[in-house]
Amino acid sequence: MSEKKFSKKHEWVSLEGDIATIGITKHATEMLGDIVFVEVPQKGKQVEQNGQAAVVESTKAASDVFSPISGEVIESNEAIVSDPSSVNADPENNAWFFKIKVSNKSEMDSLMNKADYEKFVSENPN
Amino acid sequence: MQVQKTALYDTHKNLGAKFVSFAGYEMPIQYKDGIVKEHLATRQQAGFFDVSHMGQFFLEGDNSLENSLEKIIPTDLKNLKLNQSKYSFLLNDKGGIIDDLIITRSKKGFNIILNAACKENDIKQISKYLSSNHKSFLNNDLSLIAIQGPQAVEILNSIIPNVDQLIFMNGEEFEFDQEKIYITRSGYTGEDGFEVSISNQKVEKLINALVAKGVKPIGLGARDTLRLEAGLCLYGHDLNEDINPIEANLKWAIPKKRREEGGFNGYEKIKKDLENGSEKIRVGIRPEGKIIARENTKIFSKEGEEIGIITSGTFGPSVNSPVAMGYVKTKFSEIDTNILLEVRGNKYAANVAKLPFYKKSYVK
Repeated sequence: MSEKKFSKKHEWVSLEGDIATIGITKHATEMLGDIVFVEVPQKGKQVEQNGQAAVVESTKAASDVFSPISGEVIESNEAIVSDPSSVNADPENNAWFFKIKVSNKSEMDSLMNKADYEKFVSENPN
Repeated sequence: MQVQKTALYDTHKNLGAKFVSFAGYEMPIQYKDGIVKEHLATRQQAGFFDVSHMGQFFLEGDNSLENSLEKIIPTDLKNLKLNQSKYSFLLNDKGGIIDDLIITRSKKGFNIILNAACKENDIKQISKYLSSNHKSFLNNDLSLIAIQGPQAVEILNSIIPNVDQLIFMNGEEFEFDQEKIYITRSGYTGEDGFEVSISNQKVEKLINALVAKGVKPIGLGARDTLRLEAGLCLYGHDLNEDINPIEANLKWAIPKKRREEGGFNGYEKIKKDLENGSEKIRVGIRPEGKIIARENTKIFSKEGEEIGIITSGTFGPSVNSPVAMGYVKTKFSEIDTNILLEVRGNKYAANVAKLPFYKKSYVK
């Protein structure tokens, strides 16, 4: 897979050809706490860059998950729906949320690389 | 208002607490283990909670004090025995709940535990009924610690002998580190446990002794999931000034004598609801799927009529499913009534459920 890119809303995206895999960052899971419910988008759904795409709930609150890039959902990770706690355990690998067929690859340029994201998190801890 | 800290602030910090601002206090929302593990530790072993933000209000006076307090508190204070505690409320003129509280008879009068966010107003409201021969004061030199869970009795008894002799909703004076402390057998988790009123100087020493024996620190996050599984109300969410005790399904907290004789604020309205039933009532609600219905979620009947609103909702780690409480029109309040909950624009099936969601194990 290509280098991971990150959004200010704490999603990560990894692009392979024109298929992007999207999930939430470890920092996001640490802020959320224990994740107890996940809702993923259905196959075929069109998502826009920064548009609401999924929901994640912890014992504390519900949060929207935004798509860092536009496209059409081709697959969602049902494993995290049946075991939401797996998102806490492995957020940036196995606990991806959904995959999309990317409609505009240049949107990737607006996202941060790992170093920039880590700097962003340290400057905006909450 | 300046944010206040309890005497245990630094202790919490050292235990890895994440803080939130709650009722004007910096309080731990959770520690390193997180809400689910803290919740389960309380259910399976023992946890301690710093609830020092709550008001410890002391009242002293002769027999006339009972009469004064009974005008705003609808419990039977005249028959409350020394060291016995009761769950009750402060009521306004319409019978609405100004706050819910625990009142205990002391040698000199009564002590009342008040919610942190309400305590200043509570004292104003109570003071209206007091006369010059009654003395009252909020004691900010005391901390309040809850120790809850199946191992609470054994562990606390090893530090403070004979606490195991206490029965549920009763208190007694004990000694810790050459100081008098007051302990009641009570709590807010659905588990057996204790609440310890101890000076701000000695509280850290007690906590260190508890931690050394394996008692886990528990934050406000797990306090909320524990009390909701136990079907207990949270003031400001499940209770407020526009809800009376009959609507809140807390009729049991008003003893028969007071229900019949009245003589407290809002009695007319409460009597009417006792006789005819209230229009709405608090119920337990269990979503059929995994969807979590949080506070302010709208409730609909099967036919699509809007019938109420959720006042507390979360995921219950011990019952391993979402749990909620809310108010519905009384004709929809029977256990197992099929209802619908509107979450993010979609309606999800749920049922009116028996409270508590989690079976209590109080020692009586």
